[in-house]
Amino acid sequence: MNEKGTKKKKIVISDKVWLLISLLAALLVWYLLSIGEATGRSFPFADKVVPSVKTMIDRGAFWKDIASSMTCVGIGFGLGFVTALPVAFLMAWYLPIQKIIEPWINFIRNIPALAYAPLLVITFGVGQKPAVILIWICTFMTMSITIYQGIKNIDVTLIKAARVLGANDFDIFLKIICPATVPFIITAIRLGLGAALTTLLAAESTGAQAGIGMRIRSLSNSFESAPMLMYIILLGIIGLVLLKIVDMIERKLTGWQEKIN
Amino acid sequence: MAREDKLVKLKIDNVYKEYEGRNGKMVALNGVNLDIAENEFICVVGPSGCGKSTLLNIIAGLLEPTSGAVYLDGKQIEGTGVERGVVFQQYALFPWRTVIKNVMFGLEMKKVPKDQTEQIARKYIKAVGLEGFENSYPKELSGGMKQRVAIARAYAANPEVLLLDEPFGALDAQTRVQLQTELLNTWEQEKKTCFFITHDVDEAIILAQRVIIMSARPGRIKKIVNIDIPYPRTQETKSHPRFLELKAEIWNEVYQEFLAVRK
Repeated sequence: MNEKGTKKKKIVISDKVWLLISLLAALLVWYLLSIGEATGRSFPFADKVVPSVKTMIDRGAFWKDIASSMTCVGIGFGLGFVTALPVAFLMAWYLPIQKIIEPWINFIRNIPALAYAPLLVITFGVGQKPAVILIWICTFMTMSITIYQGIKNIDVTLIKAARVLGANDFDIFLKIICPATVPFIITAIRLGLGAALTTLLAAESTGAQAGIGMRIRSLSNSFESAPMLMYIILLGIIGLVLLKIVDMIERKLTGWQEKIN
Repeated sequence: MAREDKLVKLKIDNVYKEYEGRNGKMVALNGVNLDIAENEFICVVGPSGCGKSTLLNIIAGLLEPTSGAVYLDGKQIEGTGVERGVVFQQYALFPWRTVIKNVMFGLEMKKVPKDQTEQIARKYIKAVGLEGFENSYPKELSGGMKQRVAIARAYAANPEVLLLDEPFGALDAQTRVQLQTELLNTWEQEKKTCFFITHDVDEAIILAQRVIIMSARPGRIKKIVNIDIPYPRTQETKSHPRFLELKAEIWNEVYQEFLAVRK
């Protein structure tokens, strides 16, 4: 095998080329699905899906849907983050708080949001309010647990080292715990954004007036598969863009981290 | 060099420590008494689990003794203090800080003005031979370099006593020898009281003025051996006949304790 290997020249393909190949492969699968007799009805090809962007803009829905969904995700995720952070620290600091709260977070976390979305509508009415609250709940639970476990995993030797160098409790919190927690906070943000987007559909089932999730539902009622598929792809693109942004922040903030490859 | 007329820097007075274990109480230290003179270099050897790390942590103020006390310059210690610096086996560098920022940490805590902080840090980075690595992150350094940073960080905070908990235990033999030589040089220049834990008998004899041999659990001081080999000591010292005699003596004592643990 080795002799063969030396004779054959190894072809190195760059990541960008791989991405292109992957894209072409996906397009091929998509095309095959679109010409299939049964699958063609749910998977119209790009030539029908792309123009549907214009159709939805003309109907005055496209931008409104994106704005509405992003508002829900933005506010819900934001609230989730600012509440998860202190709760995670409190759980790590005070045993009773952790003992009381953690089991319930784990309990509710495993229930699909769609199941209790109607309960929120009963209390908060229809519209964006229950949607925001639902995303808040879901992102809060994912992020608080992730950050809490991160704080718990901080190397105690670092705290000891800081203490013998004269650090007081406040210094240790600010100069050791906080920076040591940053990688876990980034992970929490990544998981939280994923949770926010997957909850979006459930959130907009609460009688939203606009939104990507709501639109997918209403287009499905009128069997308009081209714009529906367009919205589904749009959801994927938004997720991808958000994760790329988190990756960028991560590289800026945690370049010091040892990476296991 | 009579020790009696030297100042007692650190006094370990009847220190007793027990832990609440799964199988009831476990005595880690059973009445340890030791006077350490100013500028003295002490090495502690003993089998693992003899409580030598516990003793170091008590001196550092990271653990409290169940009874007994530790006195620094005649004053009982309470908690940690910058006059007692520690070098840990696992380096314990702050990974989000560069080399220079790590070395500056203790000075920042002391609220030393920024321009001085940097100057002092650079001096100690140079002393441990890491010039040019000021802006590297710990992940970019080898184990030996990391421990050099940790030593520089401890020195920069200007402690009176330096506590070293098997600092070279995780390093390869060559790096270990090199760091021993460097540590001796620094000690001869800075003259700090050093309390050094190791399980390497050669290391203990090369470094210390007195080697403390601890007995197996419950830990107590079994024997104190004066190392009457003059400084400066180098690697050649290891073939010195007196070195070999001391090594045989200490090794024999430690080995007996090792067997006691195995039983």
